[in-house]
Amino acid sequence: MPKIVIDPITRIEGHLRVEAQVENNQIINAWSSGTMVRGLELIVKDRDPRDVWAFVQRICGVCTTTHALASIRAVEDALNIRIPKNANLIRNIMLCAQYLQDHTVHFYHLHALDWVDVVSALKADPQATAELAQTISPRWPKSSPGYFKDTQARLKTFVESGQLGIFANGYWGHPGYKLPPEGNLMAVAHYLEALSWQKEVVKIHTIFGGKNPHPNFVVGGVPASLVMDGDNAINIERLNLISGLIDQAVDFVEQVYIPDLLTIASFYKDVTYGGGMGNFLSFGDLPTDDIRNPDSFLFPRGVILNQNLQEVLECDPKDPEQILEFVDHSWYEYEGGQQGLHPSEGQTKFKYTGPKGEYQELDTNQKYSWSKAPRWRGHSMEVGPLARCLLGYAKNQPEWKDGVDQVLKKLDLPATALFSTLGRTAARGIETKITGQYLKRFFNDLIANIKSGDQATFNQSKWDPATWPAEAKGAGICEAPRGALGHWIHIKNKKTFNYSAIVPTTWNASPNDHKGQQGPYEACLTGTPMVDPNQPLEILRTIHSFDPCMACAVHLMDTQDQEVAVVKVMS
Amino acid sequence: MRQQEKTVLDLFNRRKVSRRDFLQFCAFMAAAIGLESTAVPQIAAALETKPRPPVIWLHFQECTGCSESFLRTSHPILADVIFDLISLDYHETLQAAAGLQAEEAKLKAMTENKGKYILCVEGSIPAGENGQYCTIGGKPATKLLAEAAKDCAAVIAWGSCAANGGLPAANPNPTGAKTVDQLVKGKPVINVPGCPPIAEVMAGVIVHYLTFDKLPELDFAGRPKAFYDHRIHDKCNRRAYYDAGMFAEKFDDEGAKQGWCLYKLGCKGPTTFNSCSTIRWNNGTSYPIQSGHPCIGCSEENFWDNGPFYTHLADMPGMKIGWNADQIGLAATAVTVGGIAVHTAATTVIKGKEKKSEQKGGNG
Repeated sequence: MPKIVIDPITRIEGHLRVEAQVENNQIINAWSSGTMVRGLELIVKDRDPRDVWAFVQRICGVCTTTHALASIRAVEDALNIRIPKNANLIRNIMLCAQYLQDHTVHFYHLHALDWVDVVSALKADPQATAELAQTISPRWPKSSPGYFKDTQARLKTFVESGQLGIFANGYWGHPGYKLPPEGNLMAVAHYLEALSWQKEVVKIHTIFGGKNPHPNFVVGGVPASLVMDGDNAINIERLNLISGLIDQAVDFVEQVYIPDLLTIASFYKDVTYGGGMGNFLSFGDLPTDDIRNPDSFLFPRGVILNQNLQEVLECDPKDPEQILEFVDHSWYEYEGGQQGLHPSEGQTKFKYTGPKGEYQELDTNQKYSWSKAPRWRGHSMEVGPLARCLLGYAKNQPEWKDGVDQVLKKLDLPATALFSTLGRTAARGIETKITGQYLKRFFNDLIANIKSGDQATFNQSKWDPATWPAEAKGAGICEAPRGALGHWIHIKNKKTFNYSAIVPTTWNASPNDHKGQQGPYEACLTGTPMVDPNQPLEILRTIHSFDPCMACAVHLMDTQDQEVAVVKVMS
Repeated sequence: MRQQEKTVLDLFNRRKVSRRDFLQFCAFMAAAIGLESTAVPQIAAALETKPRPPVIWLHFQECTGCSESFLRTSHPILADVIFDLISLDYHETLQAAAGLQAEEAKLKAMTENKGKYILCVEGSIPAGENGQYCTIGGKPATKLLAEAAKDCAAVIAWGSCAANGGLPAANPNPTGAKTVDQLVKGKPVINVPGCPPIAEVMAGVIVHYLTFDKLPELDFAGRPKAFYDHRIHDKCNRRAYYDAGMFAEKFDDEGAKQGWCLYKLGCKGPTTFNSCSTIRWNNGTSYPIQSGHPCIGCSEENFWDNGPFYTHLADMPGMKIGWNADQIGLAATAVTVGGIAVHTAATTVIKGKEKKSEQKGGNG
């Protein structure tokens, strides 16, 4: 029986292909393949370690701060550089701002159309839509009947133009869509609002880092100076701007995103598929003290196996026993056999064995992805918002425990409901709300620290490479919005000797490993019922619930020169 | 699907947008693309009489940073661009359809709009391993680009990867990454470099094209002059300190706190053509140099290999400018003319540099 193939999976970052075996409208096996590679870790070899953050930041332009942060932390770990308190707070503020923008955009622009039927919104009653909006979010001002009537008219004009643009060929009318027309219209209005909103919160990056996407960072601190009595650096005018942007961002999350999420979720409580194997990992982040002290992290660190919330296992990214990467089904090879390698000793040899030219199906018994298969003590692990929520919950950290309990109570669901596609999507919202409060806390801490007389943002002591040892190794971690991120650097003779990264989507999108164990996407899709295999709405829902970032997921390679094809276009 | 000839003004009318607001919008567009206010009636006339042009946007070896930047545009805002100004018929990050349905939408847009659609490309195109380093729907990127380019009106190469090869093409270019204009022949190609390009520049390039129905004027490297005609240095907010020879030596030192020039920290502003110091980023909020970090030259060809970022070119062996920061500072302090001479020399080196596109890529 032929597999069903979805390629491209859209509304994600990068290039992902899913193949699935379907029998009696149920997925019995699934394979996830990353179909693009750039080889960035090879490109950073021999570069100045202080420059590398900029190269690897371009691993991903969606989670644009996270790779830069992991990289400068890896270099600071290797060279034993301590950063000033202000620099740590500013980095935390930038990471929290990233979460608010990234998760909210994911919900509205990458994921919502799996739950929201845009065409159905045309049938909504604007008056009833306004009543719904005012009920779920009494404080949000944009909720008049006129507002929704205008939005509906705009949508109608758009549809009648015959040019459907990004909405063309959606699965509109699929029986899997359960929202009433008013719910759909409200969501379409907020899709547009969120599109305008997201460009504001990122200005926090622009103020501290000069631009977004891809703001600037620096090994040893942050590039911006704080000078409260100066007119050429960050002063009170800039801080006021940030304060306003934070309030505006948190307002939207709490008044629009969270109420929408809960309302939409209440219509999809029967989406119990997509739970996967129940193993979760987080490196933790947001140090209130120092990145070397995981006990000071606000994002929890640890491992949960087999859905067991009673026990949190210790996780150490530097322990060569814990994390190993396998390539048995990935287009790479290791010298000396097929054992797994810790990223600090990562090898980088490419072995493409896939189809030549165009193809219909991949041979998934062989190598079938540019993504490697990382495993924690041999287990396939899910990373991301659900992992962090479950770890905070299992560790009884009050804001996480309360955040999860409130949502479960509101939806009248047991904790086991979290192990599902819907649970993963809900966890992202819970986390965004918590992160908004963290953002406010870090900003207040920054103001308090400046008030105490500390304006330092950079540690100059190890800037000059002459102060470095001949050889050093370091690991840098970051909890990216999509999950645990680690960068490992080996510095030799002032240059980058070896570099590797295991990124969230490498964990989640990994192919089968040496033991034939599925990666998380594959495990979560297996067992999913499908209404119509030709309209794979259920697959999109589950894959999108992870928020894939494929440019992140694929690793490096080493290859021969290839001849160049030049495309001739006859005009 | 029926193909009605709706104009932008029709859409505004249906949305009950007043004539006054419509003209105001046109003025915004004029400002965005650097035109005098006298051009406003011309823009208005164009938008009143043209249908929404179809746009097909392909992603290859990229990080989606260019799409993310496009999302940030403030004048016009993205919702107005994709719902009122263009018909974004294929864009993998935003479109609802996936898999076969997405491919069908693209094919239909290409077939129904032969010779009319704008093709946007984000990311470089790997030619190595016969194109298997990037496949979509089981087809190599090289083939997808050829298919889409065949009947397009023009190609916009978004960002440094599509325009210059960018990061994938940086040494040793492991995948044989190519630029758009190395692969597409016989079609106009507009290069919009930057990592990523500024949001309002991206919107401005599209609106310029659909307003005047012709390509914006391009420089020797295929870049629109409206946005890449001057160096960041020419309008830098720290420029006075450069001329006065006042430099920050380290991050957060006294000079940095005073906002002095970042040249000695490796700033590439003097050799980088872009609008960062004029339009600035995220609706004019700031730009890298203003926020204390030297420019890394991200819109220049080969900028990844022209580093290191924190040491100036002049200090590196084999670099052609031949002046280090101290000498430039000294000359600039002694006689302003000296400074100007240095600038002129730097400009000549850069502008005279042939585009090395033919040599680049492939040699892994």
